[in-house]
Amino acid sequence: MIDYLWVLIVLPLLGAAALIVFGKRIGDPWSGRLASALVGTAFLIAAGFTVPLVTGNGHPETVELFSWIPVLGVEVSLLWDPLAALMTLIVTGVGFLIHVYAVGYMHGDERFGRFFGYMNLFIASMLTLVLASNFVVMFVGWELVGLSSYLLISFWFVRPAASAAGKKAFIVNRIGDWGFLVALLLIFAAFGTFEFAAVFAEAPTGLTTGMATAITLLLFLGAVGKSAQIPLYVWLPDAMEGPTPVSALIHAATMVTAGIYMIARTAVLFGLAPATLTVVATVGAATALFAATLAMGQRDIKRVLAYSTISQLGYMVMAVGVTAFTAGMFHLMTHAFFKALLFLGAGAVIHAVAGEQDMSRMGGLRKVMPITFWTMVVAWLAIAGVAPLSGFWSKDEILAAAFAHGGYFVFLWAIGVVAALLTAFYMTRLMILTFGGEERWPDGVEASEAPPILTVPLVILAVLSATAGIFNTPFRLGLEHFLEPSFEGVTQQLPPAGATVVALAALALVVALVGIFWGWARYSRRLPVEEGGFWGAAVEGYRVDDWYGRLVVAPGKAMATWAAEILDGRIIDGVVNGVGGGVKSFGNSLSGTQSGLVRWYGAVMAAGTLGLLLWLLLSGGLF
Amino acid sequence: MIVTPGWYMALAAVLFSIGGAGVLVRRNALVMFMSIELMLNSVNLTFVAAGTGLGLIEGQVAALFVIVVAAAEVTIGLAILVAVFRGRATANVDELSSLGG
Amino acid sequence: MIEVFVFAIFAAIAIAGALVMVIGRNPVYSAIGLLTTMFSIAVFYVLQNAHFVAAVQVVIYAGAVMTLFLFVIMMIGVDKKEDTTEQIPWQRPIAIAVSVGLAAVILIAGSRAWITGRSVFGVDGINGTIEVVADALFGTWTLAFLSTIFLLTIAAVGTIAMAQYSPRRPEEES
Repeated sequence: MIDYLWVLIVLPLLGAAALIVFGKRIGDPWSGRLASALVGTAFLIAAGFTVPLVTGNGHPETVELFSWIPVLGVEVSLLWDPLAALMTLIVTGVGFLIHVYAVGYMHGDERFGRFFGYMNLFIASMLTLVLASNFVVMFVGWELVGLSSYLLISFWFVRPAASAAGKKAFIVNRIGDWGFLVALLLIFAAFGTFEFAAVFAEAPTGLTTGMATAITLLLFLGAVGKSAQIPLYVWLPDAMEGPTPVSALIHAATMVTAGIYMIARTAVLFGLAPATLTVVATVGAATALFAATLAMGQRDIKRVLAYSTISQLGYMVMAVGVTAFTAGMFHLMTHAFFKALLFLGAGAVIHAVAGEQDMSRMGGLRKVMPITFWTMVVAWLAIAGVAPLSGFWSKDEILAAAFAHGGYFVFLWAIGVVAALLTAFYMTRLMILTFGGEERWPDGVEASEAPPILTVPLVILAVLSATAGIFNTPFRLGLEHFLEPSFEGVTQQLPPAGATVVALAALALVVALVGIFWGWARYSRRLPVEEGGFWGAAVEGYRVDDWYGRLVVAPGKAMATWAAEILDGRIIDGVVNGVGGGVKSFGNSLSGTQSGLVRWYGAVMAAGTLGLLLWLLLSGGLF
Repeated sequence: MIVTPGWYMALAAVLFSIGGAGVLVRRNALVMFMSIELMLNSVNLTFVAAGTGLGLIEGQVAALFVIVVAAAEVTIGLAILVAVFRGRATANVDELSSLGG
Repeated sequence: MIEVFVFAIFAAIAIAGALVMVIGRNPVYSAIGLLTTMFSIAVFYVLQNAHFVAAVQVVIYAGAVMTLFLFVIMMIGVDKKEDTTEQIPWQRPIAIAVSVGLAAVILIAGSRAWITGRSVFGVDGINGTIEVVADALFGTWTLAFLSTIFLLTIAAVGTIAMAQYSPRRPEEES
């Protein structure tokens, strides 16, 4: 059965091909239904493949498809192990719900079919990345998700902001991809193979710490780009220019977690490089806090969620940085549920108020959109970390692991706690501004509850957000055991035992409640003026883009200008033009002889013949 | 006194040079063409004389081939000349110098 | 002895015809001059027993080629007086010098080989009747002979193509 693993990738790929070519003919809503059905089928098949892994008699399987680059020993082969299974289920499961949602959300869009073609392309790319059994195939998937992300962010390409955001995402990701690519070269140099199994088997004995650090730092650079960590996070907020289902699927639930997945997949290598791990954990913690402060000040509902995503990704990166890989994957899963729910809920809200995204022009939606409101409440409490919802368990496990890692990492734990406080605060702010208070809608908007095709996925995701915590509580380490085969030979940081973990959990819960109460106190009665100072800076993202523009883009442009005008214009063109000019002036000096007069040519030719004859006779001694 | 092939060859050389001078001196394309025919004829004479001298029929065969080629050349050349004349209303080769550098 | 006389007379006629062709103002005079020279050359062929070549010379050159020339001359216009002033500097002196030089060099080179009795040639060596020529042409040289078919076909096609060609008038160029 497992030999047919490739079906998982081929199904959405076929859908992508069919919909990109015939999308217009299949039309609205059948192309959406087709795409959803394909992803749903993939989910069911993946679930079927997962059963043997869960029941315990399954073991990681490699499915070899065909030889790709024989000279480097690169085969196209897929790996089915618990880690891949978990990611596949998240991608196809959440992906299916978002596809269904998008059928309603994108209804009436001119390029409806094309949209679902791109969505299916993304699913296929993501599954390629997830199921890859060697670095090269993973890199192919890695690049393909970048491509489909670009296509989907700039889906409404007639809007300049959307096409600019697509380009920005692509270019910023390229920096990370460069790191990944160089890491691949180093891996091949060190091991002579790209296969995961071979690399991980040989790494503990055959890899120096320096080489391991170099490889993992470069891999981490790739993860930083894809998972939107400092300093390469800037593309994610702008990526909200894409349609909301895209934001939910790609820029919250799945693609941005590819970096986390990749680090978890290469956990063996990261385990050999303590220095890299410290960098990873620090970057993660810093991102978690930094993005949380930015999320506090946003007025655009989707940008709040975007910065929130960056912040939560920071948690995951911190988790893998303290070698709590399972905790990272756990948070990845719960986050996929509640963040997708938040984005889809936000999409429903935006739909209701006629495309308005500014939260200061919403308010009072609780009464008209009860289903959306209550599902959002679940997501809100989950991300804020209120027990017993899923976010509480996963976030708490990360923080506990960081605390248990000791030493410097206790400081990172403190940062994480502060970020958790801010998370509770900004999510409360979002909820109250959107659903509470009086109605501040734009003129002529008659908000109403979203149709069932939007709300059903919301409800399913709400159930998952609420209950997903049971997969891995400190009392019942289900996910821990499930993922064990994938992390064989990896030392994992586990949360502390006994009273410590209870105390930490209680502290986290208190922090969450304080954050919620803070937000409640500030926003429940009236809308405070949030201009200037911190708020103004936060809305502008601390002007990070400007600084990048000045520090990176401007010198780059200056260098390009120098290269274009001085290097290319004067030196290279100078050489070329000089050669050309020299030949030309030499030719000009001879062109006087080329009068175009045939008789003159004839005379010269005859004179030449005469000269040649004379020379032959002279040298022949005839005279 | 006997007329050896060398006499014919000497005559052919003179005729050839006169033809060459005609090509170089005359501006009328038709006359230049005739001069070229004269040069071909002198070469034919050389061929035949050489064939006679060596006792080979090949000299005459070569002359025949030259005549064929010359005939083909004349038809094409005159056709070009007529076409040029229709376009330019001149047979003066000095005016046909648009290839000049 | 009679042969020498015939040669001398017709050599003089041939050179005179050639000079007339080069010097004559009117293209028709040039054509008549060339015709004279060609007849003289035909006589030389007869003197060398190359009967078939002589016949061909008369039929092809005097009959076909010269008729064609005259036809074109008439078509283009005989009454156009050619401007005899030379426009290309040094063209005429260079041309004459080169021609004379060429003749001199060929004669000198040749005199070392054939005129001065160091000849390897026999005389009356061959009798160029149709039979002998045809033997060579369809025996040894069949392939070359057949390839002239292609040459003539291509020439015919080219001529027709040129006749179809309608050039732009100079005033249309710009």
